[in-house]
Amino acid sequence: MGRYVLKRLAQAVGVLWAAYTVSFLVLDFLPGDPVTAMAGAGMDSGQVDPAQVEALRHEYGFDKPVLAQYADYLGRAVRGDFGDAVSTGRPVTATLGDALPQTLQLTVTALLLAVVLGGGLAVVATYTARRWLRQLLLSLPPLGVSVPTFWVGLLLVDAFSFRLHWFPAFGNDGPRGLVLPALTLAVPTGALVAQVLAKSLLTALDQAYVETARAKGAGRWRIHLRHALRNASLPALTVVGLLVGQLVAGSVVVETVFSRDGLGRVTAAAVTSQDIPVVQGVVVFGALIFVAANLLVDLVYPLLDPRIVVASGRRASTV
Amino acid sequence: MSQSLLDDQTEAAPARTAAPEPAAGQERRDRTRRTLRFLLRRPGLLLSVAVVVLVVLASFRPGLFASQDPLKGVPSQNFRPPSGSHWFGTDELGRDLFSRVVHGAQLSLKATLIAVLVAFVVGGLLGLLAGFVGRWVDDVLMRFVDVLLAIPALFLSLALVTALGYGTVKVAVAVGIASVASFARVARAEVLRVRQALYVEASRSCGVRWYSVLRRHVLPNAAGPVIVLATLDFGASVLAVSALSFLGYGAPPPAPEWGTLISDGRNYLANAWWLTALPGLVIAATVLAANRIARALDGEWSRQR
Repeated sequence: MGRYVLKRLAQAVGVLWAAYTVSFLVLDFLPGDPVTAMAGAGMDSGQVDPAQVEALRHEYGFDKPVLAQYADYLGRAVRGDFGDAVSTGRPVTATLGDALPQTLQLTVTALLLAVVLGGGLAVVATYTARRWLRQLLLSLPPLGVSVPTFWVGLLLVDAFSFRLHWFPAFGNDGPRGLVLPALTLAVPTGALVAQVLAKSLLTALDQAYVETARAKGAGRWRIHLRHALRNASLPALTVVGLLVGQLVAGSVVVETVFSRDGLGRVTAAAVTSQDIPVVQGVVVFGALIFVAANLLVDLVYPLLDPRIVVASGRRASTV
Repeated sequence: MSQSLLDDQTEAAPARTAAPEPAAGQERRDRTRRTLRFLLRRPGLLLSVAVVVLVVLASFRPGLFASQDPLKGVPSQNFRPPSGSHWFGTDELGRDLFSRVVHGAQLSLKATLIAVLVAFVVGGLLGLLAGFVGRWVDDVLMRFVDVLLAIPALFLSLALVTALGYGTVKVAVAVGIASVASFARVARAEVLRVRQALYVEASRSCGVRWYSVLRRHVLPNAAGPVIVLATLDFGASVLAVSALSFLGYGAPPPAPEWGTLISDGRNYLANAWWLTALPGLVIAATVLAANRIARALDGEWSRQR
């Protein structure tokens, strides 16, 4: 177990390094010259003072050869220093760290909502004997993955803030302000969870052990929850692990819609002002979340299915 | 009795060999009839096809649907709710929202098609290379793809937008690159499957050059699932493109991109619900229809046959 976790951690570090490299390649070598962009953030490049550009170029080390630059930056990133945000001059890690708690609140709530609502929908849809109810419930997930998140958010604001005045439309204040954004963010994730879980539940209910449980006189709910759900939850869990990163990224859209402060707003602002160090930090952070979520999911597997022995390393290829 | 049976057979046999034309026509007619029956049994799918056809038509010939100018407004007629003369109502400058949505289809659909094309071509080539060459090329490319998968798609798109700048095409490229990874994976898996097939081995042992094997056998047989993935990716790309243009990275203001329309309407959410609700409905309907068609191509159609 210990060795397995160590091996996975090493893989995680590898993925993070590669993600950093990809972001470095994308941001520093694509057509847009970062320095001109920084110096003239928002202006036409014609207005930029050449001396200022030269100074910035020197300050950020862009006058050195590419590989030296890369080694330089990577060395600092390893020590947790992603440089300073161009627009504010504060360190990137501090900028992201300050914004993180709000976004974590939002994404964790959204994740819980997605699992509870999506999972609940799948369980009820596969349990009910009423054909119309099942068809109605099963038609919701395809709808959920097809609607634009920002549109759902605006419709919720329109209905629950402007018409019913139940929840605030904007801002970060308190748990009441969290309801609509979290619900919005939960829609696509919950829909995917519901789709996967409903499919694997239907497969599980066809298995022989369900027949056996029924023959032994177990009740329908007991069969459904204790036997089928436990086995069917593994694919859904995998999907949840893969979706956590999308959830964090989705905060960019949702926080913009609800004017909430957080990582998503910081990201949107950084993209608008071409604040390259911040964007780079966000990309690496996204990869970190993805890797951590998948590691966590892999460690939870054996709890659900004792047949999966983590230490064998058979599952090690999932990253 | 037996005599007449024999006659029938002897008569029928030459007829079948002499007239291959009607037989081929019959087969084609059968296929058309089967396709029609397949569609008619699924009204939802039929509706989806209709929606996609309408959206495609709107993007090529917006004049067919909307006669009013999407950019010129009548200021005295602003904030009119949906009615017979303005199906989707009017915006703050009195511009007809329906014609803005119709004309916006052009930009949004163009961006979506570019995104899917970029993902299809780049991802397909990466997968093809990895699967066909194998060995260390496969290892290197697939590790690279794994890393792309580890970065959330929206973050990757945003990083690309930061580097490339704003605009419909740039947003489209950013969205396309973000879904390269899944295309590469599917393409590689398919190429590996086909490459091990007996007929490929046979043609290789007959001394056929690698490029001929690739062109004659591997490409045509591996393309199917990648094309299905492209139809699936279409809906996702519509959503991603509209999200980026909602965030303000798409075409500059007067252009009526779908996402931009909604973000403009957001300012008047309290007094003009139609400015956000109706364009969003169009996006949702398009994505829903595209996903329904993709699902049909993916499962039902192949199972039926």
